[in-house]
Amino acid sequence: MARAVTQQRKTINTALAWGIGLLIFFPILWTILTSFKTEATAIADPPVFLAFDWTLENYSAVMERSNYARFLWNSIIIAGGSTLLGILVAVPAAWSMAFVPSKRTKDILLWMLSTKMLPAVGVLYPIYLIFINLGILDSRIGLVIVLMLMNLPIIVWMLYTYFREIPVEILEAARMDGASLKEEILYVLTPMAIPGIASTVLLNFILAWNEAFWTLNLTAANAAPLTAFIASYSSPEGLFFAKLSAASTMAIAPILILGWFSQKQLVSGLTFGAVK
Amino acid sequence: MATQHSRSAARIMMAPAVILLLGWMLVPLIMTLMFSFKQYLPLRGGDLGWVGFDNYVRFVSSSAFWPSVVATLTIVGGVLLITVVFGILLAILLNQPMWGQGIVRILVIAPFFVMPTVSALVWKNMFMDPVNGLFAHLWKFFGAEPIAWLSEASMPSIVMIVSWQWLPFATLILLTAIQSLDSEQLEAAEMDGAPPIKRFAYITLPHLGRAITIVILIQTIFLLAVFAEIFVTTGGAFGTRTLTYLIFQRVLESQNVGLGSAGGVYAIILANIVAIFLMRIVGKNLDA
Repeated sequence: MARAVTQQRKTINTALAWGIGLLIFFPILWTILTSFKTEATAIADPPVFLAFDWTLENYSAVMERSNYARFLWNSIIIAGGSTLLGILVAVPAAWSMAFVPSKRTKDILLWMLSTKMLPAVGVLYPIYLIFINLGILDSRIGLVIVLMLMNLPIIVWMLYTYFREIPVEILEAARMDGASLKEEILYVLTPMAIPGIASTVLLNFILAWNEAFWTLNLTAANAAPLTAFIASYSSPEGLFFAKLSAASTMAIAPILILGWFSQKQLVSGLTFGAVK
Repeated sequence: MATQHSRSAARIMMAPAVILLLGWMLVPLIMTLMFSFKQYLPLRGGDLGWVGFDNYVRFVSSSAFWPSVVATLTIVGGVLLITVVFGILLAILLNQPMWGQGIVRILVIAPFFVMPTVSALVWKNMFMDPVNGLFAHLWKFFGAEPIAWLSEASMPSIVMIVSWQWLPFATLILLTAIQSLDSEQLEAAEMDGAPPIKRFAYITLPHLGRAITIVILIQTIFLLAVFAEIFVTTGGAFGTRTLTYLIFQRVLESQNVGLGSAGGVYAIILANIVAIFLMRIVGKNLDA
C-alpha cells in the first residue's frame, strides 16, 4: 500500500517536473527549431511546431552575410585569452593563500571580492578614456585585459576553495622527503589541483563568453564578439526570425554544452564558496 | 611549518593578482571621482574646470532621475520576488524522487548559459512581437487582442526576460542547500502528523534561510547592473531606463562625462551597501 502511494507520487513528481522543465527550456528549443525553418514557415500563422521541411539554408545565409566566423573567432580569443591570463595570475596567488595563510589572507580575499562588486557603469568612461589613450579601443587585447580583471576575483576564489581541500599533510610529507618548492608544485600539487583548475577555467570561459556590458561598449567593427554580433540583429523592421534563430543557436550552442558540464561548479563558484 | 622563506615566496606569488586588482579598482575609481566634480564635455569644449557638487545635485534633480530609480527597483524587486519564490518551489520539486531527474535539471539550468543579448532578442521577437510572436498567436487563439509587450507592458516584459535568465541560478543554489537538509527530521515531523505546509514553514524554510540571503545579495549586485537586456529591447524607452542605463546614456550618448560620473558614484555607493551585507556572510563562512 505504502509502496503504491510512493509510486504514484513519483509519477506525479515526474510529470510535474518534466512539464515545468520543458516550459523553462521552451524558448531555447523554439529558437533551435525555428533556425531550421524557412523564413515563411518561421512566421506561419498558426505556428508550425515540428511538421515542416527542415532546411540548413539559414545557417549558410548567416555564415555568408555577416562574417560570422570573425565574431566567433573574437569570442574565442577574448573568452579564452582572458580566462588563461586570469588563471596564470590567480594560481600562484590562490596557492599561497591556501597553503601559506597569514593573518591578512581573509582580508585580502574579501577585498578581492569587493572589487567584483564595483558596478561597471561607474567606471565606464575612465576605462573608455584609458583605452583610447592606449589605442586599444575596439581591440581584442583590450577586452582580454578587462574581462580578465573583471573575473580575476572569481578565479582566485574558486581556486582558493579547491586548493584548501587538498590535504596539507601530503605537502608536508613531500617536504620531509626533501622536495623543493618547485618539485612540490610540479609533482605533488599540480596533479591534485587539475580538476579544480579545469572547472575554474570552464566557468570563467562561460562568464567571459556571455559578458555583455564591456563587449558592447568597448568594441565596434574589429574586436566585436558574438554578443555584439547578435545585438546587431536588434533592428525592428525587416527582421528575419529564422536567420536570427540560426545566429542565436550558433552563439549559444557551444556554451550550453560546456555549461551543462559545469553546473556543479557554478554553485560554489558564483557564491564564493558560501553554498556548497 | 611555514618558514620565513616560504612566507616571502608566498608574498611574491600573491603580488601580481593584488597589484592588478588594486590598479583595476583604484585608477578608474579615482578618475570617476575626479570627473564627477568637473564640468567635462569631451565633444563640447572638453574639461571646463571644477564645479564642486554641481553634478551630484544636477543628476539627482534631473527629471529622469526618480523614474530611473523606480525602474531599477522594479526590476530588482520583481526579479528577486519571482526567482526566489519559484526557485524555492522548483528546488523542492526537483529534490523529490522522480524519473529523469538529471535531464530535468539540465533543462531548468539551460537559460543561465544563454548570453543576455540572445535571450533578450529571442524573447523580444519570437515571443513578444505583437504580430508574429508566439504570445500574439496564443492570444489570438483564445480570442484576445495581441499585446505589444515591450511598449505597452514594457516593465513586466523586461522583468520576465530577466527572471527567466536568473531562475536557474536561484533554483540551483536552493537545490544545493535543500539537498543538505536532514531528511530524518522531515520524516520525524511527518510521523508526528505535521502537515506539509507546517513542515515547510518550520523545517525547510529556516534551513534555506542562508541560501536565500545569498541568492538575494548576489542577484541584487547583478540585477543593479542589468544592461544588455534593455539595450537590445527598448533602448531605455517606455519607462525602462534604469540607473545603469541612465548613466550609460549620460556618459556615452550625450557625452556629459561629469554628470554621468556623478551618477556613477551614486551607483557605486548603492552597490556597496548591498556588498557589505554579502561580504559579512561570506566572511563568516571563511572562519568556519
